[in-house]
Amino acid sequence: MPFENFDLTRDYLTHPREKTPVSTIPAVKGVDETQATQHARLPAGVIHEWLTTVDHKKIGIMYIVYALIFLVIGGIEATLMRIQLAVPNNHFVSPQVYNRLFTMHGTTMIFFVAMPIMFGFGNYMVPIMIGARDMAFPRLNAFSFWVSAFAGVLLYFSYLGGSGLYAAGSAPDVGWFAYAPLTAKVFSPGHSTDYWTLSILLSGVGSIGTALNIVTTTLCMRCPGMKLSRMPLLVWIYLVMGGLVFVTISPLTAAQIMLTLDRYLGAHFFDTQAGGSAVLWMHFFWIFGHPEVYVLILPAFAFMNEIVPVFSRKAIFGYPAMVAASVCIGFISLSVWAHHMFTVGLGAAGNTFFVFATMVISVPTGIKIFNWLATIWGGRVVFATPMLFAAGFLFQFLIAGLTGIILAVAPFDWQLHNTYFVVAHFHYVIVGGILFALFASFYYWYPKMTGRMMSEKLGKWHFVLFIIGFHLTFDFMHIPGLLGMPRQIYTYEADRGWGTWNLIASIGVIFQIAGVLCFVYNLVSSYYRGKVAGPDPWDAWTLEWSTSSPPPEYNFAVLPTVRSRRPLWDLKHPEDPDSDYEI
Amino acid sequence: MSSASILPLEPSGAQAPWTQPYRGTVGMACLIIAESAIFIIFIVAYIFYLGKSLTGPAPDQVLEVPIVGTICLLSSSITVHLAVLKLRQAKLRAFTFWLAGTVILGTIFLLSTAQEWYRLIYEKGLSLQTNLFGTTYYSLVGLHASHVIVGLIMLSLTLLLALFGRVNEHHLEKFDTLSLYWHFVDGVWVVVFTVVYIVGR
Repeated sequence: MPFENFDLTRDYLTHPREKTPVSTIPAVKGVDETQATQHARLPAGVIHEWLTTVDHKKIGIMYIVYALIFLVIGGIEATLMRIQLAVPNNHFVSPQVYNRLFTMHGTTMIFFVAMPIMFGFGNYMVPIMIGARDMAFPRLNAFSFWVSAFAGVLLYFSYLGGSGLYAAGSAPDVGWFAYAPLTAKVFSPGHSTDYWTLSILLSGVGSIGTALNIVTTTLCMRCPGMKLSRMPLLVWIYLVMGGLVFVTISPLTAAQIMLTLDRYLGAHFFDTQAGGSAVLWMHFFWIFGHPEVYVLILPAFAFMNEIVPVFSRKAIFGYPAMVAASVCIGFISLSVWAHHMFTVGLGAAGNTFFVFATMVISVPTGIKIFNWLATIWGGRVVFATPMLFAAGFLFQFLIAGLTGIILAVAPFDWQLHNTYFVVAHFHYVIVGGILFALFASFYYWYPKMTGRMMSEKLGKWHFVLFIIGFHLTFDFMHIPGLLGMPRQIYTYEADRGWGTWNLIASIGVIFQIAGVLCFVYNLVSSYYRGKVAGPDPWDAWTLEWSTSSPPPEYNFAVLPTVRSRRPLWDLKHPEDPDSDYEI
Repeated sequence: MSSASILPLEPSGAQAPWTQPYRGTVGMACLIIAESAIFIIFIVAYIFYLGKSLTGPAPDQVLEVPIVGTICLLSSSITVHLAVLKLRQAKLRAFTFWLAGTVILGTIFLLSTAQEWYRLIYEKGLSLQTNLFGTTYYSLVGLHASHVIVGLIMLSLTLLLALFGRVNEHHLEKFDTLSLYWHFVDGVWVVVFTVVYIVGR
């Protein structure tokens, strides 16, 4: 044991050269004592502690758990839709219910699954990876989480309160992009649309708060030596994502304020009867909506940047290029929104610009894919579950990018706009890309968060089942799209030739559910019976693995000093530290 | 994949002094970026709907340039800056004086907006529901006014604390952050003023 000589009375903080040399800092010793006291708490005390916590790790875990609950709800909605679409002329649910299902599915998955889960991992990882003890504004962090959580509850409360005084509709049924003038009081009476608007407004407040916290933490709370050029790529990408959240969520918030004014105070922003423009809503929504995709995929890139090198046993290839590509994606993503609106009639100049911008954004994205491949190339690749999901991500994200480029071509988009090809494309990004990256990061960081390893066997079952289900559902979903099947229809006639493809897509859902059940069982059972992980089960190189698993409330007993991009490599290999190669 | 014991980390302070920006400043800068994006959307809506109202009144028929309010609000940026300077020099009486000046100037601006709205609503018959101009005008100017109100509340609280002698030079960074917000509110008014009262009239 290297820490046997640790002396609690000694001053380890003073400069070593100024006094007697200090060899090591035992972060663990103080840790174990605090944990012993934590275990002795009563259940009520534990609940009180979680409700009132400002610890970034606890808030991160609450974000993740909350998102997982909504993932299950959103998944059930998706399953119901797939049952409805499995065969032609199906009457499993009514058209009204179907409208509510796809609206709630989209809204839930974007705002109450993807956003909070990304913020959850960011909350947990960003401070600990830069060697900080907490976020810059811990109480704002708790506030943001509870506001977001309340927003999710508010959305689902619409099932009870949505009909309101007018007794029309329960859950919102205007689609997740809620195009005007369908959202006007005349066409959407009752309060279901108001619940939708307010819950998104509130979740936006929470998102901006957390993004503000992440950016400030990154810029102000880094441990000594953690220069921007040495930050883990995950932190870099969360910095870009945070900046992107400011300029994308805010327009949505503004648009929701306008919609609320329209619906409650009789304003005319999107009122076509008074000269208002429905297209303006589309612009405002997609100025949010497209960068939002990058807000979600950037953290997925971030997870890849940590997982791929560790399981390839090589440092990431092209760190500066990765940073530059992330920043480029952040900027370019702000100028592509109208590729959702080619069929509106933007004019030749507008179309050309947005076609071009959309194609340009594939360049930095391509740089990233090449860099990951170059990282894997020549490495001693370990196919543990995180790496399996990472490999799935790389392949599927590439396909998703390619169909994206196809859809970026305006004339082709005129043909395929609002078809199942588009649905298949963005599910390829969100499920095949983002969700796979998330599963990878669950298997990768679960040991850090709980102190236990997840079962590799169940993990591989999860991977195999889920990848089969994913490809059955979303590969075959492209085809009815090409054959002209529009999205958001609740059923179709038998002679269209869409039936077989829809049936295959629906069968895939069974495999996906089986995979997710493996995952959920794994999450729960590993918490009690998993192999004890130890602080650094993957032999990784970033700071979160230098403290115990789970880390103590203060993360590090003594703030670390960093000399290179891989501080733990330096410590494990003092004969050949990375810092020797830094320019 | 060895499960090594916890690796020892070096103690901090082994290198040159490590300084990073103050978190309040950075946090406020982030908030300002996010708020700017909200304002931009409302300004875009205002410009987009200029001259597209189906009924009157039009901006040039009813709007009057709020000169007094504008001068007051812009001067309040100077007074709040002077307050920061005095706090830095630990001249607390002068600080309280300039802070009170800022609150008074901000309040005058708010009153001038209120007066203008009263005139527009009760004399010119322009409300949020009248036409697109009313919708975009009240929401844009109202959004700005709500930011002035938030700023005034924070400044007034600081003034109260200062009057009770609870503010000193140790609060410089925090007050500086607050002054940033106030400068932002003023800066937004320059844009809103230009768009609504000069370009849009």
